[in-house]
Amino acid sequence: MKPSRRGFLKIAGVSVLGAGVKPLVDALAGAETQKISRDPKAKVGRRWAMVVDLKKPCPEGCRDCIEACHSIHNVPSMPNPKDEVKWIWTETFPHAFPGQDHEFLDESLKRHPVIVMCNHCENPPCVRVCPTKATFKREDGIVMMDYHRCIGCRFCMAGCPFGARSLNWRDPRPFIKKTNREFPTRTRGVVEKCNFCEERLARGLMPACVEACKERVLAFGDLEDAESDVRRLLRLRTAIRRKPQLGTGPQVYYLV
Amino acid sequence: MLEKALVGSRRYYGWVAFLLVVMGVGFLCYLMQLREGLGITGMSRDVSWGLYIAQFTFLVGVAASAVMLVLPYYLHHYKTFGRITILGEFLAVAAVAMCLTFIIVDLGQPARAFNVLLYPTPNSILFWDMIVLNGYLLLNIVIGWTVLGAEKKGLAPPSWVKPFIYISIPWAISIHTVTAFIYAGLPGRGFWLTAIMAPRFLSSAFASGPALLILFCFIIRRLTKFDPGKEAIQTLAKIVTYAMIISIFFVLMELFTAFYSQIPEHTHHFLYLFVGLEGHTTLVPWWWAFMIMAVVSIYLLINPKTRNNEVWLAVACALVFISLWIEKGLGLVITGFIPNPLDKVFEYSPTWPEVFITLGVWAMGFLILTVLYKIAISIKEQREG
Repeated sequence: MKPSRRGFLKIAGVSVLGAGVKPLVDALAGAETQKISRDPKAKVGRRWAMVVDLKKPCPEGCRDCIEACHSIHNVPSMPNPKDEVKWIWTETFPHAFPGQDHEFLDESLKRHPVIVMCNHCENPPCVRVCPTKATFKREDGIVMMDYHRCIGCRFCMAGCPFGARSLNWRDPRPFIKKTNREFPTRTRGVVEKCNFCEERLARGLMPACVEACKERVLAFGDLEDAESDVRRLLRLRTAIRRKPQLGTGPQVYYLV
Repeated sequence: MLEKALVGSRRYYGWVAFLLVVMGVGFLCYLMQLREGLGITGMSRDVSWGLYIAQFTFLVGVAASAVMLVLPYYLHHYKTFGRITILGEFLAVAAVAMCLTFIIVDLGQPARAFNVLLYPTPNSILFWDMIVLNGYLLLNIVIGWTVLGAEKKGLAPPSWVKPFIYISIPWAISIHTVTAFIYAGLPGRGFWLTAIMAPRFLSSAFASGPALLILFCFIIRRLTKFDPGKEAIQTLAKIVTYAMIISIFFVLMELFTAFYSQIPEHTHHFLYLFVGLEGHTTLVPWWWAFMIMAVVSIYLLINPKTRNNEVWLAVACALVFISLWIEKGLGLVITGFIPNPLDKVFEYSPTWPEVFITLGVWAMGFLILTVLYKIAISIKEQREG
């Protein structure tokens, strides 16, 4: 159909009217869409990753990284192990890497505690199964939780092949040793896990576990940045990941 | 028609009162769970789904019974089932109502359940399960109520209900398939990662649901003037026989794949069921009970002498129902978490409040079933008497 003069004028008229009405609508319908400006110091990455050095032995009984993470993030110490909540913890090699240990595995590796946490998978099954998008993946690769949207169905806990997720089986607040007012506490009935310290990255700080580790077992950085610590380590050393055959693409690398 | 549920014998009132009491106890325990959180259950970080989700999974199967009556009656004009299709449809209504309630009581934040609708997420199987279960519930209420209403007036069912009846047939298949997909698509759970999960669900559903219906037919015949008919019961018995054999055959297929390949992620779970792992043996007696009951029930069902004898048939149906409750309910869901993804064994057993909440939901289902069956049978008695 050929555009008629009449049709053109109609569309033009409506457009002008629309353009004129917009500021009015904005004013009435609360255009208070505050611009959230980023902290100039914020660490910005395109693909955050953690590198754990299995050759650097953690000193006997050291829990610095765990304590730092759990106190900053208000992770409760539940009295009943059944109700346990944890973001970062240690496993022995055979449990962190089931099926990868063998009789003649290096003794130090065998006994060595392996630090484990959420793998912030490239292709996270927890995000795929969540029925409310309460867990989601950000553009920089961090897999996050919206504690206010989570319905506590625990499909993500069944979906995670690394056991990285915990439900708040009870109200966690009475079991937080010292509440950090800078970070939200959670309510009962929602799932939580490691968030790669996104709240610290936003303020230009490194993840708490990385900062707390005096032995420098942990390194953190942007894999898209060829000059980053993590890329340098992955260039120099051989790294393995937990259950790579499942195709989830874990972003926590273990140097052997 | 609802008024028919309000008048009945003393025995009827007594039964309803009993169910209300069990529901009341369950409800009180649920209030406790609402206040304290799911911590009052036996579930843990490692076994994060327990009795509730197990009941849900099993009852999705029971809801199938309707299609095993509807399909022969409406698609093959098998008239014998005409008298009892309503029993299947109403059983489906009660079973799906229980399923949905079990999901709600399992939620950590039940008040936020509507987030599933507010933020529809098609990549989540739970989203689809919500759609198919609610759809199936609605279909069976509409179909059952309309057909029964027509029967009461001595009329043929209105023609507008026919398309819904035809839709309900594939829809019944969909509820089991989608429920199986909840489990069968998770990368880290070797026990559930099997392509025959949906066929397994369907076959066990077509055994447990009709087995329960046969038992209900016996009870109805004894307590009321309505007789479902010997032929209908015998045809159902044949359906149960085939479905039970296929169901057990599928379990054997799983065992072959696991134990011949000897891949640890697959064998460990079955070893936990058969002999226990690292000294943990909670489910072992249950699993052996399932196998023994399954074998005995198949023997009783195959043998025409015992199948045609109604006492033996009732025994066989009870065995089918209980054994599949163990297999689908306890075995399938809980064992998927044992050992956990870190290859560690943490066991699960339900707590008393959890058991009472579960019984309360069952009582609610039986109450719905009792009321619906009371209405249906009163109308049938009236028509025939």
